[in-house]
Amino acid sequence: MDSKNAKQKDTGTAQAKGGPSNRKVAFSMAAIVFGMLGMSYAAVPLYDLFCRVTGYGGTTQRAEQAPDIVLDRKMVIRFDANLARGIDWHFKPVQREVEIPIGESALVHYEAKNITEAALTGTATFNVTPEAAGQYFNKIQCFCFVEQTLEPGERVDMPLTFFVDPEIVNDPEAMNIQEITLSYTFFPVENDETVAAAETGKTGADGT
Amino acid sequence: MAGKAEAAHHDDHPTGLKRYLFSTNHKDIGTLYLIFSLIGGIIGGLLSIAMRMELQSPGMQIFGDPGMYNVFTTAHGLIMVFFMIMPSLFGGFGNWIVPLQIGAPDMAFPRLNNISFWLLPPAFLLLIISLFVPGEPGGEGVGGGWTIYAPLSTSGSPGPAMDFAILSLHVAGASSILSAINFITTIFNMRAPGMTLHKMPLFVWSILVTAFLLLLALPVLAGAITMLLTDRNFGTTFFDAAGGGDPVLFQHLFWFFGHPEVYIIILPAFGLISHVIATFSNKPIFGYLGMAYAMAAIGAVGFVVWAHHMYTAGISLNTQAYFVAATMVIAVPTGVKVFSWIATMWGGSIQFKTPMLWAFGFIFLFTLGGVTGVVLANAGVDRSLHDTYYVVAHFHYVLSLGATFGLFAGWYYWFPKITGYMYSEFIGKLHFWVSFIGVNLLFFPQHFLGLAGMPRRYADYPDAFAGWNYVSSVGSYISGFGVLIFLFGVFLAFQRKEKAAGNPWGEGATTLEWTLSSPPPFHQFEQLPRIK
Repeated sequence: MDSKNAKQKDTGTAQAKGGPSNRKVAFSMAAIVFGMLGMSYAAVPLYDLFCRVTGYGGTTQRAEQAPDIVLDRKMVIRFDANLARGIDWHFKPVQREVEIPIGESALVHYEAKNITEAALTGTATFNVTPEAAGQYFNKIQCFCFVEQTLEPGERVDMPLTFFVDPEIVNDPEAMNIQEITLSYTFFPVENDETVAAAETGKTGADGT
Repeated sequence: MAGKAEAAHHDDHPTGLKRYLFSTNHKDIGTLYLIFSLIGGIIGGLLSIAMRMELQSPGMQIFGDPGMYNVFTTAHGLIMVFFMIMPSLFGGFGNWIVPLQIGAPDMAFPRLNNISFWLLPPAFLLLIISLFVPGEPGGEGVGGGWTIYAPLSTSGSPGPAMDFAILSLHVAGASSILSAINFITTIFNMRAPGMTLHKMPLFVWSILVTAFLLLLALPVLAGAITMLLTDRNFGTTFFDAAGGGDPVLFQHLFWFFGHPEVYIIILPAFGLISHVIATFSNKPIFGYLGMAYAMAAIGAVGFVVWAHHMYTAGISLNTQAYFVAATMVIAVPTGVKVFSWIATMWGGSIQFKTPMLWAFGFIFLFTLGGVTGVVLANAGVDRSLHDTYYVVAHFHYVLSLGATFGLFAGWYYWFPKITGYMYSEFIGKLHFWVSFIGVNLLFFPQHFLGLAGMPRRYADYPDAFAGWNYVSSVGSYISGFGVLIFLFGVFLAFQRKEKAAGNPWGEGATTLEWTLSSPPPFHQFEQLPRIK
């Protein structure tokens, strides 16, 4: 083997002309491989960031306060509630829909009840449809920003404050939207014993 | 067998099992790749015939459990992509022909080459094992399709079958990455004196571009399936909405690999078809530089079109518009290639030898598949055709028919060089015509089924689809018979032992491999050729 390699070196062409050695080429190529592998993992936080910035896939936005402008136009907001497997709650919006002027903030409630004999902690994921409305749907306050723990039989009212950004009327993809549906799905949080033991209101998942 | 006499003076010529198990010789490793892909192709082909037997008429025929049908579909796809086409075109012909065409004594890293090959059989074994261990609840094997989308591949298939399939892809991917590094180093560093990149044969160009695609795409697949693996076994939630993940991210990662993968499959065929057409038209290839850079362009653009597989996965209108436009752009370099092949034949003295027939078949079938690809590139049309048999017909025309017709063109073109024996021209032509009729009968009616709305990945269908499905199944049996003719042709060639000349194709064959004996000596080019 070694003698064969040596022979190739003598007869080698690109190396003889002063090009990079075989080893150098191979290591640069291996570096590309590891770079791409790293980028596939970097895609995970980048994709998340991308969704939050652009409202991609109906990802909603967070805001500190409602804007000053309120438009004449109204928007119908419908509410949807779902439960994933493994979380035995009753979960539904208190009101099916509201109609609010674009730019005005509204307070609505969802209610949840733990119908099991054990404390259960859940966290909600959410999005809006049409997906193009995602970047204009702003939440000021939401139960989905924190994990929720319900004691056996406990029933809670969960508030949600939001507004629709008046900029929506300037976006050609979203300007014709008349109705936005906000959907939540509650998922059980793994190893809920420990979470249940902690006092409620702790900040866990920040609702991404 | 290969060139014992010529190599007799050489010190390093192992024999028997040792010769192949520990082989560092690019020709022996190429032969191993070809044998391996032959086995992979037969197994993958048998799976597809079972699928067509199931679909021959409505209702359940041979599968008791429709889940098993999906397992067959999945295994057929994975085997044909990873264990048939890639090992034959890239591994087999790449190993055999690239060093010969660039005037090199061997590959740059002969031992790495050995590892690249010997990783494949264990990878294949892992995939075969996955067929026999529990997968989805109440069934064996992986039934999620070759795309293994989450969440069906995570929470949807709790058994270990999916883990075996993932590990199989890991090992096969490692094999391909190592051989890609080897090819790139060989092609960059070991070309004969005077052979600049712009004088390099087009097949070598195609392998170079393919190697770069592998290098850039496969690590992304490796990353994505590693995330699947940890989601399944170690509680991560990359693709699980419950933990803040997103299953659509898997689709993005998969197709960022998956789309370049289809060019990885077809590019080596592009390269070798150019040689076959130039040889049997007795003319140099038309527009050599355009051909080389068209392949590079296809490879580059191939990385920015992935979401055209995901039009229905909820991407915004503007994003869809971009991916439609980018996808259509690929038709331009592809058109450059097709027209250059035709221009090469124009005014040439064409010989209708077997490899040339397969090359004609390749151009016809690939172009047909390319046209349906342009249809599917439209996001609006795709809304109705997504996941129907129209898509199945499209990708089989480009991959199953395009790539394998290219593969057989290469097989008959280089068979005399590789084995030293001439194949039977009659059997070769019979193989071509039976296959050509068979595959068109098999896949053309699937366009009609898809346009009529028949979805893929189901073991059963409404009676309205029965007619064309029957035709399609008959086509698959004819194609299967074509494979038997092929195997008989190989057997006959070895049995007749009709010696092939160093250059059996005449003055049209101008690349360096034809300056050597058939088969070439065990070690060639001890005196490097000089290229003017």
